[in-house]
Amino acid sequence: MLSTYQFLAGFAQTWGLVYFVAVFLVVLAYALSPSRKSRFDTAARMPLQED
Amino acid sequence: MAHTATTPKGMTFGEAGCSLVFVAMAFLSIIIAAKAYTPEYAFHAYLYAAAFGVAAFKIVDRYYDRPNDLPPLTINGKPNYNMGPVKFATIAAVVWGIAGFTIGLLIALQLAFPALNFDTAWLSFGRMRPLHTSAVIFAFGGNVLIATSFYVVQRTCRARLVGDLAPWFVVLGYNFFIVIAGTGYLLGITQGKEYAEPEWYADLWLTVVWVTYFLVFLGTVMRRKEPHIYVANWFYLAFILTIAVLHLGNSATIPVSIFSPKSYIVWAGVQDAMVQWWYGHNAVGFFLTAGFLAIMYYFIPKRAERPVYSYRLSIIHFWALIFMYIWAGPHHLHYTALPDWAQTLGMTFSIMLWMPSWGGMINGLMTLSGAWDKLRTDPVLRLMVVSVAFYGMATFEGPLMSVKAVNSLSHYTDWTIGHVHSGALGWVAYISFGAIYCLAPWLWNKKELYSLKAVSWHFWISTLGIVLYISAMWVAGILQGLMWRAYTSLGFLE
Repeated sequence: MLSTYQFLAGFAQTWGLVYFVAVFLVVLAYALSPSRKSRFDTAARMPLQED
Repeated sequence: MAHTATTPKGMTFGEAGCSLVFVAMAFLSIIIAAKAYTPEYAFHAYLYAAAFGVAAFKIVDRYYDRPNDLPPLTINGKPNYNMGPVKFATIAAVVWGIAGFTIGLLIALQLAFPALNFDTAWLSFGRMRPLHTSAVIFAFGGNVLIATSFYVVQRTCRARLVGDLAPWFVVLGYNFFIVIAGTGYLLGITQGKEYAEPEWYADLWLTVVWVTYFLVFLGTVMRRKEPHIYVANWFYLAFILTIAVLHLGNSATIPVSIFSPKSYIVWAGVQDAMVQWWYGHNAVGFFLTAGFLAIMYYFIPKRAERPVYSYRLSIIHFWALIFMYIWAGPHHLHYTALPDWAQTLGMTFSIMLWMPSWGGMINGLMTLSGAWDKLRTDPVLRLMVVSVAFYGMATFEGPLMSVKAVNSLSHYTDWTIGHVHSGALGWVAYISFGAIYCLAPWLWNKKELYSLKAVSWHFWISTLGIVLYISAMWVAGILQGLMWRAYTSLGFLE
């Protein structure tokens, strides 16, 4: 029978890893997608464009 | 008061509700003061009573003095920014900063000249040390964070702060918490949790203030005229939200009685230690890092008049930073009763944190590309750039010290204190100095600071001081670690 620790550790080492990699890939896709480039270029200038 | 007689004027729900609740709380505080178990607690209850009473009076007084309508959100199509609370927090930051640094000097001197506690309990090292750490982190740093966050969120959202009383409640309520915390240390009231020493009644008050802070900030973001939420606001939001969660988790205590300052934590043994350092390290990660990275992302581009070097990098390092920091706490508990796997987990995430940390550092430094020449002429920008350099150094040193083998040498030595100061003084205080030097002329509509030459002196004196401090602590710390290793298990020199 698996101990609670073994169960949690097994879960963290498999699904935890998948979860983190998936989140990271989503962030990468969001940040690097070419369609958002112009929007981010504008955003980078936001502190400079104030009234 | 002639105008009030002719036109109808009504109290807002907030004004009426707050003044009533404050009066009720003032009476409750007086009852608690009368029945308090200890004189120190009675003193604090009277402070609460006075604060609630003054606050209720000020709300009513303010109501009679104000025009019939609340300030408009915009004037001639331009946002009508609410800078009063920002000004207060900026001045408070400077005052608390001077106090906190002075106490730091005192406790440093006490280590060399123990007589400087003047044989009083109040000035003993054990009480002055948390007074120093809290004064610089929470009083100085906290006021800088509140001031800059209220400034930046308004400017980058082009919207007035949400609420009429709420922003003032946040600023004044937070500073009242600081007064309770600070006087509590002097009087010996503590729950014995590092960086979370104030007792339950201060913690509850901070919770109310902090939730209001969160709502004011979030409400202002939701009121924004810009479609995009600027990255600095993401960092501020992560800071405010995470600190709320950490504070609730780490300060989950049950008071002995409402008439007693003493409380007991609900966590037991090693779980308590783990919760403490989950809180402690994320106070570093979200209070001292995320919040001040927000300052970096607004004030460096603004002062250098250059756009953020890579907005994409800012997004990637934001998410990486907040996902990883939350796991790094166990590295404070190496070689303790904490299970080995948790220690290794903390160490692993600390090492991985190096990447998002340096992502942020590179982004901050490279924002100066094309404007490096300004470093020669602008000491304010110089403060901020050296701050980011210290951030890079401290976030390299931190993961190194979290490695168990290195930690076995560095822990419990002066190296740790040196590391904390390269982070908290080199990074946090320097970016704060830069932000305050930027804010002051903007807030008080001046062309430039009173004297840039004085800023230059400030820069060189403190930089020299920090470099000497850190290098002295490295030498001292490594020597201490090596000397402990020179003993056998029986206490004989090898």
